[in-house]
Amino acid sequence: MTKVSMTVNGKAVSGEAEGRTLLVEFLREGQGLTGTHVGCDTSQCGACTVHVNGEAVKSCTMFAADAEGAEVTTIEGMANADGSLGTIQQAFQDYHGLQCGFCTPGMVMIAADLLKNNPNPTEHEIRDYLEGNICRCTGYHNIVKAIQAAAGQSVPAVAAE
Amino acid sequence: MYAFDLVKPGTVAEAASALAGGEAQALGGGQTLIPTLKQRLADPGTLVSLSHIDEMKYVRESGGTVEIGGGTTHAMVAKAVADIYPGLADLAGRIGDPSVRNRGTIGGSLANNDPSACYPAGALGSGATIITDKREIAADDYFQGMFTTALDEGEIVTGVRFPIPEKAHYSKMPQPASRFPLVAVYVAKFADGVRVAVTGASEDGVFRWTEAEEALGANFSTDALGGLSASEDGMIADIHGTAAYRAHLIGVMTKRAVAEMS
Ligand SMILES: Cc1cc2nc3c(=O)[nH]c(=O)nc-3n(C[C@H](O)[C@H](O)[C@H](O)COP(=O)(O)OP(=O)(O)OC[C@H]3O[C@@H](n4cnc5c(N)ncnc54)[C@H](O)[C@@H]3O)c2cc1C
Ligand code: FES
Ligand code: FES
Repeated sequence: MTKVSMTVNGKAVSGEAEGRTLLVEFLREGQGLTGTHVGCDTSQCGACTVHVNGEAVKSCTMFAADAEGAEVTTIEGMANADGSLGTIQQAFQDYHGLQCGFCTPGMVMIAADLLKNNPNPTEHEIRDYLEGNICRCTGYHNIVKAIQAAAGQSVPAVAAE
Repeated sequence: MYAFDLVKPGTVAEAASALAGGEAQALGGGQTLIPTLKQRLADPGTLVSLSHIDEMKYVRESGGTVEIGGGTTHAMVAKAVADIYPGLADLAGRIGDPSVRNRGTIGGSLANNDPSACYPAGALGSGATIITDKREIAADDYFQGMFTTALDEGEIVTGVRFPIPEKAHYSKMPQPASRFPLVAVYVAKFADGVRVAVTGASEDGVFRWTEAEEALGANFSTDALGGLSASEDGMIADIHGTAAYRAHLIGVMTKRAVAEMS
């Protein structure tokens, strides 16, 4: 075990980690930040997506020790300072971008990464960027709409209310 | 995963000495190795993380070539060579998905030499030179079959030098579940000839389709490929496609690449 320190959602944290401790284990089990999910544990589904130094990564496919000193943002860091939902989170709620919600933390984190690199993406660019994030429920349409809305594009309201 | 120590050298020299210890293995972006470790298909005593070696992360252009550090991520390559070598930038920008591209490295991809990986096609198709901590190896000598390369135990891919062709295009038929190519073809047109590299198809890993190179060298058009068909001997056959289907795709993807470039 060695001590690993990093900044998570703006707060300095440290904890013990083995060489094989994954970043997602460090966050969930070490820091109690269970918003980041493990869907597949095989690098396919993206439920574990977090930002490391401003870039989206699959936290099940990175060792905690390699994130030593890094700035990490998780879904818990996406809310506004007053605890209300951030823009992307609110859009997911408004446009029914989730059903069971299991994929949602990863979807929000990859959406934030996309909008940082490309603030006004086309529908095709959004779908392309979601390549590594799997949702078993929604069929993606409402996720795409939520991201368009979060980008400030005008999106037709969803039928079900 | 079996337990291991993770060490984080800051220079190539330190990494090389950490790897000299036999039981140690290099860790690039981990996008292949971490899933392998999780399946307990590897049991290194020590992992030597290359992510903290700044001298392995660079893109340098000089005299008709571009050299890329072995620790450079796919995302960095896609951005940095977009103007210098757009065919290669496009290949890098279509590997896996955005999160994989933010961690996976060119050195890791070339060291691994997965028979369906993208970079081996880009490197062989460009006639690149693989630079290690010990020597330089021409791509034609480097790729030696499925998951096999000319690298010695513990040798580190520190960089790759690509001659920049007049134009190039990578045609990829993605396998929808894994996002690796089912078959993909890299075509590069140089002043003195054409190179065609095929990945995803052969049981021997990436290879050059020399008949197509000769035909395209004489007449760079899809018509020149009309009479050619790749042999299905030695092609991969699995649940995703038969050997005959893969052989057929080689012709289709080569034509698509040439059509994009014409
Ligand atoms: C969901 C998913 C989709 C993917 N899709 C594609 C795709 O479409 N096309 C594609 O080509 N790849 C794809 N990949 C693989 C990805 O590109 C990997 O990043 C790459 O194959 C390995 O690079 P790495 O830096 O992650 O290496 P690692 O996984 O860290 O290492 C791989 C191997 O190389 C060795 N190694 C690593 N770096 C070096 C070095 N500098 N010198 C010597 N040895 C080294 C390691 O010891 C190990 O044996 C995908 C991966 C995932 C998880
Ligand atoms: S849990 Fe990390 S990609 Fe699925
Ligand atoms: S909402 Fe259930 S997996 Fe996406």
